[in-house]
Amino acid sequence: MTDKTQQERAGEERIGVYVCHCGSNIAGVVNVEAVAKFAAEDLKDRGVVLARDYTFMCSVAGQELIEQDIHEQGLTRVVVAACSPHLHEKTFRNVCERSGINPYLSEMASIREHVAWVHTDKAAATAKAKAIVNGAVERVLKNEPLEAIRVPIDAATLVVGGGIAGLQAALEVAEAGYDVYLIEREASLGGHMAQFDKTFPTLDCAACILTPKMAAVGSHARIHLFTWSEVEKVEGFVGNYTVTVKKKPRYVDEDVCTGCGICVEKCPVMVVDENFEAGIGYRKAIYWPFAQAVPNLPVLDPDTCTYFIGGKGGCKACEIFCPTVPNSILFDQKEERVSLKVGNIILATGWDLFNARRIPQYGYGRLANVFTSLELERMCNAAGPTSGRVVLRDGQTAPKAVGIVHCVGSRDRNYNGYCSAICCMQSLKLAHLVKERTGAEVYNFYIDIRTPGKEYDEFYLRVMDEGVHFVRGKVAEVSDVPIAPSEEGGKLYVQVEDTLAGLQRRIPVDMVVLSAGLEPRHDSAEVGKTFGIACSTNGWFIEKHAKMDPIATMTEGVFVAGCAQGPKDIPASVSQGAAAAARVLSHIRQGELALEPIRASVLEEQCSGCRICNGLCPFNAISFVAERKVSEINAALCQGCGTCVAACPAGAIQGSGFSNEQVLAQIEGLLRDVAQPVTREPVTA
Amino acid sequence: MKPKFAMYWAAACGGCEIAVLNIDEKVLDLDANFEVAFWPAAMDVKYKEVEAMEDESILVTLFNGGIRTDENEHMAKLLRRKSKLLVAFGSCANEGCIPGLANLGTRESIFDCAFDNPSTENPAHLRPQIACQVPEGVLTLPPLQAVVRTLDQVVEVDYHVPGCPPESHQIAAVLDVLIAVVKGEAELPPKGAVLGAGDTSVCDECPRSRDVKHIDKLSRIQELPVLDTEVCLLEQGLMCSGPATRSGCNSRCPNVGAPCIGCYGAAPGVLDQGARLMAAIASVIDAKEPEAIDRVLDGLPDPAGTFYRFSLAHSLLRANRAALAEQE
Repeated sequence: MTDKTQQERAGEERIGVYVCHCGSNIAGVVNVEAVAKFAAEDLKDRGVVLARDYTFMCSVAGQELIEQDIHEQGLTRVVVAACSPHLHEKTFRNVCERSGINPYLSEMASIREHVAWVHTDKAAATAKAKAIVNGAVERVLKNEPLEAIRVPIDAATLVVGGGIAGLQAALEVAEAGYDVYLIEREASLGGHMAQFDKTFPTLDCAACILTPKMAAVGSHARIHLFTWSEVEKVEGFVGNYTVTVKKKPRYVDEDVCTGCGICVEKCPVMVVDENFEAGIGYRKAIYWPFAQAVPNLPVLDPDTCTYFIGGKGGCKACEIFCPTVPNSILFDQKEERVSLKVGNIILATGWDLFNARRIPQYGYGRLANVFTSLELERMCNAAGPTSGRVVLRDGQTAPKAVGIVHCVGSRDRNYNGYCSAICCMQSLKLAHLVKERTGAEVYNFYIDIRTPGKEYDEFYLRVMDEGVHFVRGKVAEVSDVPIAPSEEGGKLYVQVEDTLAGLQRRIPVDMVVLSAGLEPRHDSAEVGKTFGIACSTNGWFIEKHAKMDPIATMTEGVFVAGCAQGPKDIPASVSQGAAAAARVLSHIRQGELALEPIRASVLEEQCSGCRICNGLCPFNAISFVAERKVSEINAALCQGCGTCVAACPAGAIQGSGFSNEQVLAQIEGLLRDVAQPVTREPVTA
Repeated sequence: MKPKFAMYWAAACGGCEIAVLNIDEKVLDLDANFEVAFWPAAMDVKYKEVEAMEDESILVTLFNGGIRTDENEHMAKLLRRKSKLLVAFGSCANEGCIPGLANLGTRESIFDCAFDNPSTENPAHLRPQIACQVPEGVLTLPPLQAVVRTLDQVVEVDYHVPGCPPESHQIAAVLDVLIAVVKGEAELPPKGAVLGAGDTSVCDECPRSRDVKHIDKLSRIQELPVLDTEVCLLEQGLMCSGPATRSGCNSRCPNVGAPCIGCYGAAPGVLDQGARLMAAIASVIDAKEPEAIDRVLDGLPDPAGTFYRFSLAHSLLRANRAALAEQE
C-alpha cells in the first residue's frame, strides 16, 4: 500500500523518532539503542531525519529534547516509542503544539505495554519494537492536522442523587455561585446515610452531621431541588445538555404546604415502610420518609391510600384536615415534565443493598430473628421504629447473644466477587452498638478484617477490647434446629469453620445480623444509557481511568461520585462529590471547552440512509434526517469511539485520526520484515 | 475507418456476454460506430490473428471473467497490449465473483470437489491433465492456476464496469459514453473510474422503508411466513447485502422481495465489501449472550459465501494462504 503519494510524502516530511527507555521498563527487555538506530538508518527513506533514545521521554528534559529538535532540525512530524497512548499521547501532542506543529502530526508507538511488558525474549522483543515503530512512521505520514472543537459551557449543573455525595457536589458548585439542579428519586434528600444511627469510626450521630447539609442544600438560593423526580432523557453534549426531568405526583401542593404534618397525623392508614425503615417500621399512606426530611413536604402513596384504592372515593381525611388555604392536598395532581439546560452532569445515584434472601442458608426472610445490617441500623437509630432499642422480631426481647455475619453477598463468587468496602467497619460499629445497648455477647464472623481507613484499625482494637468475639471463618449456615441433645430450641445456631482454631463450631445466638454488601442500583444499566456512560461487568459506572481519573467518565461533561462508581465509605463519597464539583467548576470557569477532534462524520453524498449505524452510538450522537434520508453525527456528542465507522457498510462514516489510509499504512508498516534490509527506492525530496 | 472494439470471456459464466446482447437495438449503435475486431462469443477470430494486430490498435476491450487459467492470463496480457482502453467488465473481472470463492480452497480441493463428489461416477479418480496423448496426437488444456485473480491483479485496467452481470441500461449508458468520445462529443472519464454504476449503496435506490435495525433472527426467504412488501428486508431478518453494495441496479432484487446478494461490489471508497458487510451485520445483531448470538448466526449457514459472495478474490483476504503462497 506504499503508493507513490506515500513515497512523495516521505520525501517531503522530516520525522523525528524518539525511543524511550522508561527507566528499565522498556530498556530492560528492548534494545532501545538498536531500535533508534533502525529508525535513523533503515527508515531514512521514509522521512526519518533523526532518531534518539532517552531514559524518560515524558520528563521535562525528554520533552525539551523534542522541542529543541523541532526548532533546530525543522521536524514536521514526531513519533515517540514509549508507553501506551492512553498514558502520554496528550503529553507529546502538547510538546508538538508548544513547538508549532499541529499536535495530531505526532504518533505514539506502544513499545512498553505491547512489547516490553509482555515479552521476555530480547531479540524478538526488539524486532517487534522495530516493527511497531515502522508502523507508527508509516501512519504518521498519513496523519492530517486536526483542530480542536470548541464548545461553550452552560454554567448550570445537574446533580443526580441527593445522598451525601450528591449533596456535597451540589453545595460546592452552588457555593461557587452557579445554579445547580438537584434531582432525587425519593421524597427527601439524605440517601442511605439518613437511615444510619452512628457513623464509624468516630460514632458521630449520622443525622447530626447529615441534616445540616440537607438543610443547607434545601435553602440554598442557587440550588433548585427536584425530589420525587427522575431524569428521563438527556440530549446534547458537554456544555449544552438538555435534560428532561419527570416529576412524579406527590399529591401535595409544594407551593402551599407548610409541612405542619396534620395530614400525616390524621391519615388512618398504617403500612409497613419497606423503604426508609427497611421493613421494620410503619408509615402512613401520606407520610414523610423521616422526621428531618428535606423538603419538608409529605408525599401521598396512591397504592395504599384509601381514597385512591376506593376508586377516588371515601376517606379524604388529609384533605379535610389540611389547614392551608387553598388546600394543599391535590388528588388530581399529574406527572410533570420539566426541561432543564445544563452544561455538566454529576451522577451520584448510590447503591442498593444486596438482597440477603438470595442466600437461603442464612435464613433471612425465613428465620424471624435473622436481620439485615440495614434493619439493625434502623433499630439502633433513636428516631427509628424501636426508638433505638435492639430487640428481637417480637419487638420486646433484648437478645443475649448476637452473631454478625460479614461479607454477605460480597467476596463470594456465587454472588458478587468484589469487596463491598464498608461492611467490616459497619459490622464493627454495629457490634459496638449492640454491646452498648444490650450487653449481649456479640460474635463477628469474618473472612478477613479490612480496616484501612484513618483510625479504622484503632476502632477494631477498641471493639475487641470491649469484649466482642471474633471468629475467622465463612458462615456455612444459620439454623433454628437443635441437633445435639445439649442444644436448646428457640435459638439460632451459626455453623462456622473457625479457621484459626481449626475446628467446626456451632454457636447459639438469639439474633443474627447479616452484613449485606453493596450492589449497583438495580437500574444502573438503563441510567447509564440515559447519560451515555457505561457500566462495568459488576454494574458500577465506569470511570475514565481507574487511578488517574476516577471522577470523569468516557462522556465529556458527565462525572460520577460516591457509590455509583463503586462501594465506598462516607468520607470517600464526600471527597468524590467535592472532586466532581471541582471538575465541573473548572469547566465552567474555562467558559468554553476544547474537545478532542478525533470524531466521526458522515459523508452525506455516500450515505444511503440504510440506518445500520442508528442504534449503535453509545453517546446518542447519531440521528437520522428523514428529509434528506441520511444519518447525521453530532460532532460535539461524538466521543470518537469508532463503533459507527466500523459498522458503516458503505464506508460513508469517517473517523478523523483513524482513516483507512492511516490504519492500512500502519498495518503495512507493522508487517514489514524489519530483519531484512530496506528494499525501497530511496526518495529524492 | 471505425475504431476497433473487442470483447473477451475469461473465467466467467457467459452472463456478461448475454447482458451485452440484452441492450437490444443499442447493439446496432455499437456496430455503427465500431469495427468488431475480436469477440469470440459473437464471431470467429483466432488468437493468432489478435497477436498479429498492432499494439494499441483496439480502442476498447470489454474483458469479462477472472484470471483462472494460464490461457486467461495470456489473453489478459495480450489484450492489454493490443488495447488503448481495457475495461474490467462485470463482477468476475473486477472482483472474482463466484469463481473467486474457489479461493477458499486449494487447486487440489477444487479437483476433489469437482471430480470426486457423490454425484460423480469416477472410480479411477481421474483428473484432467494439461496434456494427454491420444491416437490423433496430444490434447492440451490450459493449466489451472492456484488462485483466481481479478483482471487488475494481473494487468493495468482503465475502467471498471461492475455487476453480475452489469445491468443492460448501464451497459447502454457506457456504450453511449464511448460513442460520444469517438465522435469527439465527450471527454474520456478519468482513468480508474467505475462506469455504469452509482456512487452510493443499493439502499439509496431501494424504495423500502428503513428504521433502526435490531436483528434477532436471520432467515432464508422461504422460511418467512409473510414478506412485508414495504419494509427493509434486513429488518425482516433476511440477509440483504444492499447496505454494503454499490448502487446502479435500481435495487432490482429488493424491489421484488429478494434480498440483494451484493453483485455490484463494494460501495465507493470501500476496500473490502465482505468485511464491511460482516461488521455491519455484526453491529446490529440484537443479542448479548454468546449462545444467543450463536442462535442468530445459525441463520447464516455460509458466512464466507454470503459476505464475500462476489468479492473474495479482490478482498484483503484474497485467498487460502497455501493457495496464495503457491500462486506467488
